[in-house]
Amino acid sequence: MQFGIFSVSDITTDPTTGRTPTDAQRIQDLVKIALKAEEVGLDVFATGEHHNPPFFASSPTTFLGYIAAQTTTLQLSTATTLITTNDPVKIAEDYAMLQHLSGGRVDLMMGRGNTGPVYPWFGQDIRNGIALAVENYHLLRRLWREDVVDWEGKFRSPLQGFTATPRPLDGIPPFVWHGSIRSAEIAEQAAYYGDGFFHNNIFWTMDHTARMVDLYRRRFEHYGHGRADQAIVGLGGQVFMAKNSQDAVKQFRPYFDVAPVYGHGPSLEEFTRATPLTVGSPQQVIERTLGFADAVGDYQRQLFLMDHAGLPLEVVLEQLEILGSEVVPVLRKEFEARRPAGVPSDPPTHASLVEAGDDHPNAKHGPVSRVQAGSN
Amino acid sequence: MARKLVVISAGLSVPSSTRLLADRISGAVQREVSARGEALDVEVVELRGLAREIADHLVSGMPPSALRQALAAVSSADAVVAVTPVFTASYSGLFKSFIDLLDTDALTGKPVLIAATAGTARHSLVLDHALRPLFSYLRAVVVPTGVFAATEDFGGSGGRDGEDGLDRRVARAAGELGALLVSTSGAVPGFTAPAVDEVGKVDRISEESLTPFAQLLGDQLR
Repeated sequence: MQFGIFSVSDITTDPTTGRTPTDAQRIQDLVKIALKAEEVGLDVFATGEHHNPPFFASSPTTFLGYIAAQTTTLQLSTATTLITTNDPVKIAEDYAMLQHLSGGRVDLMMGRGNTGPVYPWFGQDIRNGIALAVENYHLLRRLWREDVVDWEGKFRSPLQGFTATPRPLDGIPPFVWHGSIRSAEIAEQAAYYGDGFFHNNIFWTMDHTARMVDLYRRRFEHYGHGRADQAIVGLGGQVFMAKNSQDAVKQFRPYFDVAPVYGHGPSLEEFTRATPLTVGSPQQVIERTLGFADAVGDYQRQLFLMDHAGLPLEVVLEQLEILGSEVVPVLRKEFEARRPAGVPSDPPTHASLVEAGDDHPNAKHGPVSRVQAGSN
Repeated sequence: MARKLVVISAGLSVPSSTRLLADRISGAVQREVSARGEALDVEVVELRGLAREIADHLVSGMPPSALRQALAAVSSADAVVAVTPVFTASYSGLFKSFIDLLDTDALTGKPVLIAATAGTARHSLVLDHALRPLFSYLRAVVVPTGVFAATEDFGGSGGRDGEDGLDRRVARAAGELGALLVSTSGAVPGFTAPAVDEVGKVDRISEESLTPFAQLLGDQLR
């Protein structure tokens, strides 16, 4: 099973000091955080993509390329890549290049983006969100799987005799996840292609997350990619830890209370009860996280959100130490102990896809034609 | 089976004249339904007790449990009585915030009786200028008579007697709602709205309501 961190790249004032990091400082901080992830034995670092303040991550492949050059084992991913407002041709080119430079350590997660004004800035309309995600991603798949593409669609100028370069490393397209909080269409999309499905699992109740994952699993089986329990599932989560759980609560509360997304609303206690946020001892985090598998089934990737709400760099690095040394080793062992036979531990990696060759769903354009033509 | 009436009351004081009016109306609807030989269960949703949960839902996107139940109650009701105090020329902010959290389809086709309270009768057009358009937008069936009660309606001989007395207005509105409540019994399963889950939202996370992906891809498959 893979464990890692994802960042939304927000620039937030530290409410305890009133200090707001500059873009320059926060970018360097996130570099340190990503490098720390590998150092403490985590498997994945994923960056968000945003094109509006207070976020800085508008250029994910530049950032990940810089990280790739300074790491050796870290899997580089996104959370998420905007499949709606980016040109799929540019995504195909940028991530193929990154895959070459990183030596096959790249996968990516598609997302729509939920900020209305961002769409017109890139010539699109949020009301077409789902349609854009569907058309653009299908084109992206073709660009990575066909050397010469003739294409025509609704949202982009047609392509005649187009070849996306560089061609994918070893001829193997990167593995793709689809992230969605509540759109059933996106769970369906992930299932159709046999791609991974990621639920950010941060602001919603666990029963909602479980229903979305369950839908994806059933449709994955329907499209003939394997059993429902073999579908590739990833979850988010957020934690704040201290040896003593009261200290964790005391230290985190001032950040929680004014956090940009959920601050000024439910209390820390109410929010931790309702959502997967865990603030407490490493042991509490271990127990809570293991419980996720009871809700969604045994899964393959767990990402934690650690740098948020204005937490200073030293605190984030300290949290990563605890995560890497005390939490993840136990989670690895316990998750494998409970995993039924035939349920994969890891999501597909470049190496495993090279080995699997043409039989893997990732090598194909979609499900086998028998199911493709049928209804549900 | 008994019909279910949900009364939304947005009064802030305890006791409130808004709740007082709400109770008079639900009592009258009860009598109207009984007179037609049917039973009625009444559930009152007092928004005052949900004020913090409403604010929490607005900022966090998640309904806490009591609010979740209240929203589900409204969605699953056969009819709704909505009563708000008039604040600054309209329904109260708390009332509107609660309505904002309902699913867009929660009131579609549902009989609704609108009512409001205020210090003076000079606010009475709030019913037709604020409440009625709000519920029309939500595609509710708003009964023709709205009930407005000013302070004077509750006291002395204020407005109780005569052609336009409060009791008469309540009775007329309740009669209109009661007739709709009892006549909406004959819906045929399968021709009614899609299933509503426990959150009170139309359930879109299910295989049954899913558009197969090949259909979404359309021309892209060729």
